[in-house]
Amino acid sequence: MTELNLVQAVNRALAEAMRADPDVLVIGEDVGLNGGVFRATEGLYKEFGADRVIDSPLSETGIVGAAIGMALYGLKPVAEIQFLDFIYPAFDQIVSELAKFRYRSGGQYPCHVVVRAPYGGGVKGGLYHSQSSEAYFAHTAGLKVAIPSSPADAKGLLTTAIFDEDPVIFLEPKRIYRAVTGEVPDGDHRVPFGKANTLRQGDDVSVFAYGAMIHPVLQATDTLLAEGISSEVVDLRTLVPLDEAAVCASVEKTGRAVIVHEAPRTAGFGAELAALLAEKCLYSLKAPVLRITGFDTPFPYALENLYLPTPERIAHGIRSTVRAG
Amino acid sequence: MADATQAIPSSAEPPVRPLEIPRLELPRAYRTMVLARLFDDRCLALQRQGRIGFYVPMGGQEAAQVGCTWALDPADWLFPAYRELGAALVRGVPLTLLLDQFIGNSGDLLKGRQMPNHYGYPKYRIVTGSSPVGTQISHAVGAAMAAKKKGHAIVTVPFFGDGTTSSNDFHAGLNFAGVFQAPTIFFCQNNQWAISLPRSRQTRSETLADKAVAYGIQGVVVDGMDVHAVYRAVKAARDRALRGDGPTLIEAQVYRFGPHSSSDDPKRYRPEEDLAAWKARDPVTALQHELLEAGLLTAESDAALWDAARAEIASAIQEAEATAPVDPLSMFDDVLARPTPALEAQRAEFATWLGQGETRT
Repeated sequence: MTELNLVQAVNRALAEAMRADPDVLVIGEDVGLNGGVFRATEGLYKEFGADRVIDSPLSETGIVGAAIGMALYGLKPVAEIQFLDFIYPAFDQIVSELAKFRYRSGGQYPCHVVVRAPYGGGVKGGLYHSQSSEAYFAHTAGLKVAIPSSPADAKGLLTTAIFDEDPVIFLEPKRIYRAVTGEVPDGDHRVPFGKANTLRQGDDVSVFAYGAMIHPVLQATDTLLAEGISSEVVDLRTLVPLDEAAVCASVEKTGRAVIVHEAPRTAGFGAELAALLAEKCLYSLKAPVLRITGFDTPFPYALENLYLPTPERIAHGIRSTVRAG
Repeated sequence: MADATQAIPSSAEPPVRPLEIPRLELPRAYRTMVLARLFDDRCLALQRQGRIGFYVPMGGQEAAQVGCTWALDPADWLFPAYRELGAALVRGVPLTLLLDQFIGNSGDLLKGRQMPNHYGYPKYRIVTGSSPVGTQISHAVGAAMAAKKKGHAIVTVPFFGDGTTSSNDFHAGLNFAGVFQAPTIFFCQNNQWAISLPRSRQTRSETLADKAVAYGIQGVVVDGMDVHAVYRAVKAARDRALRGDGPTLIEAQVYRFGPHSSSDDPKRYRPEEDLAAWKARDPVTALQHELLEAGLLTAESDAALWDAARAEIASAIQEAEATAPVDPLSMFDDVLARPTPALEAQRAEFATWLGQGETRT
């Protein structure tokens, strides 16, 4: 075990995967000599050279498009999009190409690319350095979507992603790149996809979250314990595949569900969870499902701390849900 | 599947070959062009008869596609758009396999997932394309970068049209190829029309090949109606790429004799006299005359060749139309290597609805 912050854990996963497999390479903007704007690829250029840590021209569609070609040829590229907000020029490559290669070829051309992108608010990034657009990717058949909330999961999920057989959109909560540290297993540490992580056992309410939002959720639920409210906190870890069994089992136990994400509410991933609960667990519910989310606005620069769900807003929501029935 | 990810390494030293189609190969190249012409016409007719759902014809572009692919090595990777029948036939893709794809039956290796013309087969080093234009250009560049990294002496060849030179991925792909000196030959078939938009409205560049200048790569204009000219240009570009001298953009100037697709009516926008002028330079007829004059073909052997091609097509159609349809539940396969629990549930639910029970096929 080594104490690392989240971005160091990402770096560790990349370095160890590249040592283990010469087909793994990194491509993106400023990932080489500069080590990435968040330093996620620090040291890789020196260790693996320019052929495996590829500084690309400033073109997201080029980065993902070239990575797809490399994957078709048998390499395992990890593409870095500097901010999730800049992924849209590559949206066509991700949605029309990467997600569909296996399917459209009848399984003849699997296409395994990992697309890493820092996502989310809380870094004074304004409209274009703060978005949390995981729902677009979760909606696209053929992609997996993983979002770690801790350094150990960052390493474990990213290692799984790199050695998976399918395309993975790997979203890194940049707000907690350095703010969260933790023990990270040394060596080949893999966290399986599709297995949620129950961070707190509880009886009164289930709280579902992922990525950066796990931390205000834990602050809220720890506070509520003093008020006698026992929350079960479930970190989804991967949105695709979704651990439906864990979600349903938790709500069947607690009878209440609160969903927290920082993305806008309408058609956000919380809507999918709420629909799942309505379809599968309605008779277990004692209270309406509650979503605590960002608002249906673009991301506001000066007011980001009010836009993002805070421990107080989350605690208020959980309290209301528990009191509702 | 192993074919898709394991390139056949060519000889390390690219052979220096003359830039002309070997004389003895010309009758086979001609036969491939004839087969392309006849099969293409027949497939459009099949669409008109409701026997296939859609078709993208390539008439007029036979010399460009056959000349280009003839100049390549079988280990080179092709990234077609959706109009490259000539390239597929050079690679030896059986007509029946193509028809299986056009019909979307159980013989289709793409399992009925794609519209006609979007086929691809690792065995023939042809990558299945998509309908958004230009996306395959950067795939070809990435694959070329990968081949170079692995020390494989091959080139990659994306095919695209004049309209695609306006797309995002044309720019991104050529730019990446220039920066990384990828062994890629960008094969642009300028057939003068992007559906209804003439070449003159696509760009103010004097030629499409001129665009190469900005990327620091070589640009070449070639008469795409002349199979020899195309062969020479592609051969030279391939030799350059394998020498490490970088990518080439080739603009093969051709003309689309037919509609953009079976859904298009070019009479709405295209002057008839343009078509007639280009048809006077029909690439199949041009090579036919050349071979007759050169004594590589006689009137009798030519007639027999056309008859044999027609018979081959008729028999392939018969075979493909007799092949069973795709299994409905195969719709759920190949989304991911293994289905998610959500998709498993949808499959089971749908199987029940179809009355097929919940067993996997």
